Amino acid sequence: MGITISVEVNGTTYEREVEPRTLLVHFLREELRLTGTNVGCETSLCGACTVHLDGLAVKSCTQLAVQADGAKITTIEGLADNGSLHPMQQAFWDEHGLQCGYCTPGMIMAATKLVEDNPDASEDDIRHGLKGNLCRCTGYQNIVKAVASAAKAGGAR
Amino acid sequence: MSVLGSSIKRREDPALITGKGKYTDDFSAPGMLHAVMVRSPFGHARVKAIDIAAAAGAPGVAAVYTAANITASGTPGVIPTAWLLPNLKTPAHTLLATDRVRYVGHPVAVLLAESRAAATDAAALVKVDYEPLPAVVDPKAAVAEGAPLLYDEAPGNIAFDWELGDKAATDAAFSGAAKTATLTFRNNRTLPHAIEPRAALAAWDSENGKLTLTMTSQNPHVHRLLMTIASLGLPEHKIRVIAPEVGGGFGSKIHHYADEAIAAWCSIQIKRPVKWTATRTESNLTDAHGRDHWSTAGIAIDGDGKIVGLRIETHAAMGAYLSTFAPAVPTYLYGTLFSGQYDIPAIHVHVIGTFTNTAPVDALRGAGRPEATFAVERMMDAGAAAAGLDPAEFRRRNFIQPDAFPYQTQVALAYDSGNYPQALDKALKLADYDGLRARQAERRADPKGGKLLGIGLSSYIEACGIAPSAVVGSLGAQAGLWESAKVRVHPSGSVTVYSGSCAHGQGHETTFSQIVSDRLGIDMDQIDIVQGDTEEVQFGMGTYGSRSAAVGGSAIVKSLDKIIAKGKKIAAHLLEASVDDIEFENGEFKVKGSPGQAKAWGEVVLNAYLAHNLPEDLEPGLEETSFYDPANFTYPFGTHVAIVEIDPETGEIEILRYVAVDDCGNQINPMIVEGQIHGGIAHGLGQALWEEARYDESGQLTSGTLLDYALPRAHHLVTYELEHTVTPCPHNPLGVKGIGEAGAIASPAAVANAVCDALKPFGVDHVDMPFTPEKIWRTLQGRGS
Amino acid sequence: MFPSAFDYHRASSIDDALDLLASHSEAKFLAGGHSLIPMMKLRLAEPGVLIDIGRLDELKGISEDNGSIRVGSLTTHAALAASEALRRDCPILAEAAALIADPQVRNKGTIGGNIAHADPASDLPAVLVALGATIHLKSKSADRPVAAADFFVDLLATSLADNEIMTAIEIPKLGAGTGSAYLKVEHPASGYAVCGAAALITIANGSVSAAKLAFNGVTAIPFAADGVSEALLGSDAGDEAVDRAMAALAVADPMSDSYASGEYRTALARAYGKRAIRAARDRAA
Repeated sequence: MGITISVEVNGTTYEREVEPRTLLVHFLREELRLTGTNVGCETSLCGACTVHLDGLAVKSCTQLAVQADGAKITTIEGLADNGSLHPMQQAFWDEHGLQCGYCTPGMIMAATKLVEDNPDASEDDIRHGLKGNLCRCTGYQNIVKAVASAAKAGGAR
Repeated sequence: MSVLGSSIKRREDPALITGKGKYTDDFSAPGMLHAVMVRSPFGHARVKAIDIAAAAGAPGVAAVYTAANITASGTPGVIPTAWLLPNLKTPAHTLLATDRVRYVGHPVAVLLAESRAAATDAAALVKVDYEPLPAVVDPKAAVAEGAPLLYDEAPGNIAFDWELGDKAATDAAFSGAAKTATLTFRNNRTLPHAIEPRAALAAWDSENGKLTLTMTSQNPHVHRLLMTIASLGLPEHKIRVIAPEVGGGFGSKIHHYADEAIAAWCSIQIKRPVKWTATRTESNLTDAHGRDHWSTAGIAIDGDGKIVGLRIETHAAMGAYLSTFAPAVPTYLYGTLFSGQYDIPAIHVHVIGTFTNTAPVDALRGAGRPEATFAVERMMDAGAAAAGLDPAEFRRRNFIQPDAFPYQTQVALAYDSGNYPQALDKALKLADYDGLRARQAERRADPKGGKLLGIGLSSYIEACGIAPSAVVGSLGAQAGLWESAKVRVHPSGSVTVYSGSCAHGQGHETTFSQIVSDRLGIDMDQIDIVQGDTEEVQFGMGTYGSRSAAVGGSAIVKSLDKIIAKGKKIAAHLLEASVDDIEFENGEFKVKGSPGQAKAWGEVVLNAYLAHNLPEDLEPGLEETSFYDPANFTYPFGTHVAIVEIDPETGEIEILRYVAVDDCGNQINPMIVEGQIHGGIAHGLGQALWEEARYDESGQLTSGTLLDYALPRAHHLVTYELEHTVTPCPHNPLGVKGIGEAGAIASPAAVANAVCDALKPFGVDHVDMPFTPEKIWRTLQGRGS
Repeated sequence: MFPSAFDYHRASSIDDALDLLASHSEAKFLAGGHSLIPMMKLRLAEPGVLIDIGRLDELKGISEDNGSIRVGSLTTHAALAASEALRRDCPILAEAAALIADPQVRNKGTIGGNIAHADPASDLPAVLVALGATIHLKSKSADRPVAAADFFVDLLATSLADNEIMTAIEIPKLGAGTGSAYLKVEHPASGYAVCGAAALITIANGSVSAAKLAFNGVTAIPFAADGVSEALLGSDAGDEAVDRAMAALAVADPMSDSYASGEYRTALARAYGKRAIRAARDRAA
């Protein structure tokens, strides 16, 4: 039995019929073809699927699409503003905060909210603020550096 | 400043930071079906019957296949091993299990459905009648009398029994030694856990009899070859393997697994595109794991604290079948490293590879070298204790000296270059080793006790850029280990490079472009790097073993040299000069000693294509291909220092600092080099402190999800302090050695030595990884310092 | 990763939620979903019907009256951690909420969902027990307040009846002279508590007039170490007094798993109970 939902994703409103069991991440990836949001685990512990939902960083694998009915969602595809990179994206590039890039969308989406909530985040704050996001490539050092530098550059714009 | 050696920002990143990078699961095809595997829930069982009727009739299901269908299709259907050792037992391993399952996750059937959810629903309806059998999961228990047998053709579960070095000389060294020390230790089994699970999208084009397979691969040509000769039987030119963006590999995406081949076979069978994407649990159950050794090692020293002999016996798990390069990992990538950085006159290595009811074990970041380094460096600390020397001093006394290169070890390798004391000194200085030791002594003398400070060294060596082909062939490799590069210069002077390397996070598009820009004197934006597609790239070996810069990069240089040589001929002809008088510098072909007599890069290139005025013997065009087969391995090295603190009340460990001095020869892009070191260190710290793939006696993986398996997170780790030394590799044109694995090779031993150092006053000589708090707490119970 | 199919109903009010619950025997409430959805993804839970109560505003938010703070059952962990009222009058709850899982989970997970799931390794139960919180349950026929200590009945089991919904958690404000602390040993993989120690100490005229120590993660339900609490009464709460009081710690039936045995969890309770009491004492000053 399908249920019709309406969501605003990256500024565009979509109305779609979904199965109640459809997870938000699958709705984004398969229904809307926004494949920047990734899936890395099935226990809500890797953070690769992090998006912004009504202004909060959430794991889109632990949401049903029907729960998001009426919500405003931003995914990694919607973070840059008219082609100009968000300061957090710029910082990840500048500081070599990514290697394979698979965790990166979720990491950037988590990091933008981290800095918004705490513009003066210390290294320790950043490390704890990213504990919901796994990266196997970078050893986190340059991710932490990128987040700190984005914070300095006004990453909470 | 030269483009080579500069920390240029990665050209890969704009797509990846905006969500535009396309990984395998991001692709779909019209009419695509979703494959879901039915997997054994038992570690070991007989398959008596499979009833697919209910599943086949479930909503959305297009087909359900078992091994019988694959056999009936006439497809070879085999997953082979590609590295053979003398007397290696190679039991047949088929795509789907036939009458027996040998590990949890072993696929027994595959369902195809219109959606992944429908396929998942229906998979639960496949009824498999299993008769559970006793299982064995430990590499040493596998050889015990009466252990359950995986294969009749492998008595005692022994896949191979392998030796290296001189046993008689080593035994003699031990008999005559002033002091000896022995340790028994485990190298814990770990999961690769790339954040992207494995996946494949197979699209069969029946009109042209051609298969396009997009998959998570570190080496698409190797996958295509194994698909052709063993799994699918299709001619190689009728298979196109594409590795798009790959979300981390760490070795796990080198290997040829059943699932991707099953997806391919299904697409051919049903004539529709088929996508398979592993769930995290499936990846953890079926990706080749790493490590899993039990070892007993001995070190023998003379009265001056010089090592006279080293020996080790290791039981190494192979898992339920021999994965692609599995037999090489605990043998040629392990036994050959037992001289470490040290001048050791007698060494003997004995390895027994055993079948176990577990996922296979194969190359994982470092592949054999972390295990060897762990053993050697733990024995160095044991030797130092036996000699009554500080661990740094004991290492210094035994280093191969800088003037002793090339140095032939007792275990086959000939080290080409190195300066080990320099790296140690730099690391000790950076760590303030003397200050740390003083602080430790103060703390140990303090009657109030407090936290236990531990300092651990790891002076590692690795053999990278595995080669040359003739040598690895003689050691059992069923493939050459060279690399290829085609450099195509377009008529207007821009360049496309087709490399057989296949990056999955290493940044080849950036570093390879730096190599080209440096050699040709053209801007980076005039250069494209193509990799990861068998249709575009000539044969290539892929990316693993820290080989891409040293072997893949050198192949590019070799092609560039041919391009320049041809350009010189054209320029000489145009300038009416002798070829020998032409030099190529900053993008110009110049006549030596005649300022002003020069032809620009673009003019020479255009002339090559116009071909209006070429030397008589010269073909038009400007494109060169090289297959670079190195003369030797490369030998990166360094010293890492871990500084830890242990809470004696709870056994909890905190990493206070981590210092690393590495030497990977010349650095193409220091920013990328450092990133690789960071990642490697974190990987090794994970193994040392948290990660363990545990199987229970029945063969259940009890740490198969992130709820139990602790991958390092940002808040677990510290900011690593890095420095480097540069000892260029003498035998490749870039002087580079490789850096992708160094951190993972060095850091487990550094942490282990630090933890054991902290516990030394309690009379503890060894604790096994991972150093979970309870293990440390138990070790300390009932012991006084 | 793909939950089994289910029917989905969105409740429009508490009464509607209770009506839906009454008419569907296989139904489960869906709040933030951060305990339930992970289980459904692994098909460890396969409810036939989900009643989404996530939009019931009457279950959200934190309000105060004279002596207590009322926390709606749908209040998220992030909201608990950020609440001015809690930070001022019941800081231990904010402190514990800030240690739950990670920021993304805290943004969606709710206090009601968390305690209804009654995972012994989650962070809030012991804190609520130590605080003497009251859990407000409601059925179509009655409102039923339950003391936190009585709410948790067994591993993953509570006294919430099949026909009830949790509406709010009522927490007494901590008065002047009371210090509190929640310390946690986190499982490195899951982030759950291997041992979480919640301590409240009230000091009047230099001696302990009230004390409470409770643990998460050590036993199947939150464990109140009343022997320790009693032994602290009347003492000066100095380090030696704390050590003496901790001698009264007796853990019955500690949980055991491959990461931490019962014996080790008991040792952690001993170490972290002591540290939590000391921290609470320092804050009481």
